Amino acid sequence: MRAIKQFFATSNSQINLGLFLTTFILLLSILGPWLSPYQAQEMVGARYSLPQTGVLLGTDYLGQDVLSRVLHGGISIVWMSLASSLLGLFLGVILGLIAGFFKHRIDQVIIWVADIFLAFPHLILVLLVVSMLGRDKWLIAITVAIAFVPGVIRLTRGLALSISKHEYIEVAEMMGYPYHQILLREILPNILTPLLIHLGTMLSWSVALLSGLSFLGYGVAPPEADWGLMVNENKGGLQIQPFSILIPILFIALFALGANLLAEGFGRKFSRISESNKHA
Amino acid sequence: MHSRLQLQSTPSVAIEVNNLGVSLIDGTTIVSEISFSVLEGQILALVGESGSGKTTIATALLAHTRQGAKISQGEVNVAGLDILKLDENALRRVRGKQVSYVPQNPSTALNPLITIKTHLEDVLKTHAPTLAAAQQQARIINTLKDVELSHDHAFLNRYPHQLSGGQQQRVLLVLSFITRPRVIVLDEPTTALDVTTQAKVLLTVKKLCQSYGVAAIYVSHDLAVVKKIADHVIVLYGGRIAEKATAADVFSHPQHPYSQGLISAIPDIHLRAIPMPIVGNAPSLQSRAKGCVFEPRCKLATLTCKTIVPPLDKIDTGDDHVVACHNLSRQTDPFSFNHHTETLKSRVIQLGTQPPLLEVKHLFASYDGKQVLKDVSFHLKKGECLALVGESGSGKTTISRAIAGLNANAAGGLYFKGQSLALAARSRSAAISHQIQYIFQNPYQSLNPRQTVRQTLLNTVRHYFPDKLKDSDEIITAALIRVALDPGLADRFPKELSGGELQRVSIARALVCEPSLLICDEITSALDVSVQAAILELIKSLQRNGLSIVFVTHNLGIVRSIADRVLVLKNGAVVESGEVDTLLDQPQQPYTQELINDSPSIVDL
Repeated sequence: MRAIKQFFATSNSQINLGLFLTTFILLLSILGPWLSPYQAQEMVGARYSLPQTGVLLGTDYLGQDVLSRVLHGGISIVWMSLASSLLGLFLGVILGLIAGFFKHRIDQVIIWVADIFLAFPHLILVLLVVSMLGRDKWLIAITVAIAFVPGVIRLTRGLALSISKHEYIEVAEMMGYPYHQILLREILPNILTPLLIHLGTMLSWSVALLSGLSFLGYGVAPPEADWGLMVNENKGGLQIQPFSILIPILFIALFALGANLLAEGFGRKFSRISESNKHA
Repeated sequence: MHSRLQLQSTPSVAIEVNNLGVSLIDGTTIVSEISFSVLEGQILALVGESGSGKTTIATALLAHTRQGAKISQGEVNVAGLDILKLDENALRRVRGKQVSYVPQNPSTALNPLITIKTHLEDVLKTHAPTLAAAQQQARIINTLKDVELSHDHAFLNRYPHQLSGGQQQRVLLVLSFITRPRVIVLDEPTTALDVTTQAKVLLTVKKLCQSYGVAAIYVSHDLAVVKKIADHVIVLYGGRIAEKATAADVFSHPQHPYSQGLISAIPDIHLRAIPMPIVGNAPSLQSRAKGCVFEPRCKLATLTCKTIVPPLDKIDTGDDHVVACHNLSRQTDPFSFNHHTETLKSRVIQLGTQPPLLEVKHLFASYDGKQVLKDVSFHLKKGECLALVGESGSGKTTISRAIAGLNANAAGGLYFKGQSLALAARSRSAAISHQIQYIFQNPYQSLNPRQTVRQTLLNTVRHYFPDKLKDSDEIITAALIRVALDPGLADRFPKELSGGELQRVSIARALVCEPSLLICDEITSALDVSVQAAILELIKSLQRNGLSIVFVTHNLGIVRSIADRVLVLKNGAVVESGEVDTLLDQPQQPYTQELINDSPSIVDL
């Protein structure tokens, strides 16, 4: 509780900027459809026409309004990246806790499977699944989540291993507390901080992965609007109407940057708080 | 010692410290008004509990402070040079050459990637670059001989991890003596060692100081160790000198109430008495009293003590004996050790022939594939306190963990109240497992840092006695009162409590389980002496109320003060066992005799 108070008492420019950027992108993508002047698929002018009154950011390769498509195209990447990161964290933490606490056989099996998964590059794994099973958004989010799981398992397992050497875990073991209580009540709260920091990192990875997927044509299907997809659609017009590409790239970058700053700021902050507590 | 020095020319002052003060960057004082001098060949001990500033002073003698602190005033004169006025480059030449330092933990003080030989050569290369190779080798061999280490090729080419703790500490002594410094600062160099090793290392230090005329500053929390080695003693409290005198004076007639309390708080192998705790806790840097720092814990305190810092006054009786206390004249009866005169009726006889509570039969155990317990058998009666004694690696902790069901590789028979007890804690029913509770050595890791004291205790109640949950508040309050803690602490987190308080909470958690057997694994070794005495008192009172106790310790003083029977262990087997007074007064085995002889004591026999 005191750590939380201490946390909000002192300000940190890194966290503030990260918080500002992520909130901005979040609000933009949620409220975007209501703010946009046109529908996402509405043709408003000639192909690749430069910004002018009524069409603030110009048009794209089909003559659709770039501003409207940017405002409509955020929500899919935002929810997919959030969902995949949270799901990946959830699954990874559970498996990692089990591996780190029970050790021996269970640990070996879990780590063995995780290592095999870890050997695949994330992007290849996702491309493989999507090309085989189709480009359903939930399927993509779940696949990305699964790609994250081995890393989370590795992290959680290491943390759980070191915590389970502490005497209060031995006390719980000696008293015969049920396993789920030891894992969730005794161990998890003590390793939450690094896990939350990892969540921020995963968020920025998933933004990059998902937008890359859309760019490659395996993500969101046209004619729907999506930032990654827009980069792909308009790549032919980069020299004629650069806004059609640069604006979606800018928003993708801001979201990834915000998540990253948040993660890093939290990390530094927490390590400083725990350090100052040690001295007290 | 004195006659020896008189034979030589009069020893000169090797180090002189005047009005030294260290404070935090924000101005909070850590230590202040520290003045002393040490003659060549003499040993001065800085004694104090945690937070007394002893390590701060020790490092300040090398013009070093920990991060966030600075030396605010004073001078440290070594060989006519004020060390505190030197710049970084000059300091580098002085450190190790004029003033050298022996750190506390030998296992982390040596670079694991470098051989002993390279360690030694590096020091000589830095501080005596003009020495020829042959002279260098001769110096290395001589100093190794001095500390009784082997100097053959094989030994010199070893890496630190291939040495024992005692050998590592000796290597560190060689490293600091090899440059022939004028002053050597030793920061608790024997805390990590076994008693037998400690005794030998102490002897070596004393011998080296005398033969090379080196002045030593010996920092320690252990008065009994200090008595073995020091010529002069400074007792520190709250960053100030409480008392400064010759070692003989401090131990025979201490004047400051804190020194007296500290001496009475030490459990001693030769005293049949329960040590007396000093009430309260050592103050933190921010909460030190305005007047005398010791005032909040002092029995003699008056109004003057609250407001005015007592000056260091000279006492007529001893030579060079100074004390900082307003109330010296009010102390009427002279200080004496609280010897027990009455012969206590043996508890073992009192307990009679009742059936044992716990029986251990032919217990074997291994750890990391190594056999650490070989056929250990013993029993324990209701209300009895059994001490398990031995050096590190003797298997005493392994036994206690096996009883608690925490050793997965144990084999043998455990019987509790006549019934067979499963070897793994998980296989025991709740009806049995709540009766056997374990208190760990390290109070700082015994409690979940994310749970308040109340949550920790509540979880225990919920687990063992779900039907009593509605009375949980009363149960928790009662348990905290029983361990002499303010029930108001229930909503604190572990990091807000001191080590002694944490250990009390651990005991309270065990008491909530309504145990009949308490296993205490070195539960006081991480605590200050004055706090240790209070915890021992608590354990003793629990025992009087019928609790059986297995007390694991390496400190024979503690054994004497609280145990009824003793089990002496060596290499995983029982060497000797028996009633405590009989065993300590008439040990039958040479190993037990050695342990007893090496135990530092504050009493002159």
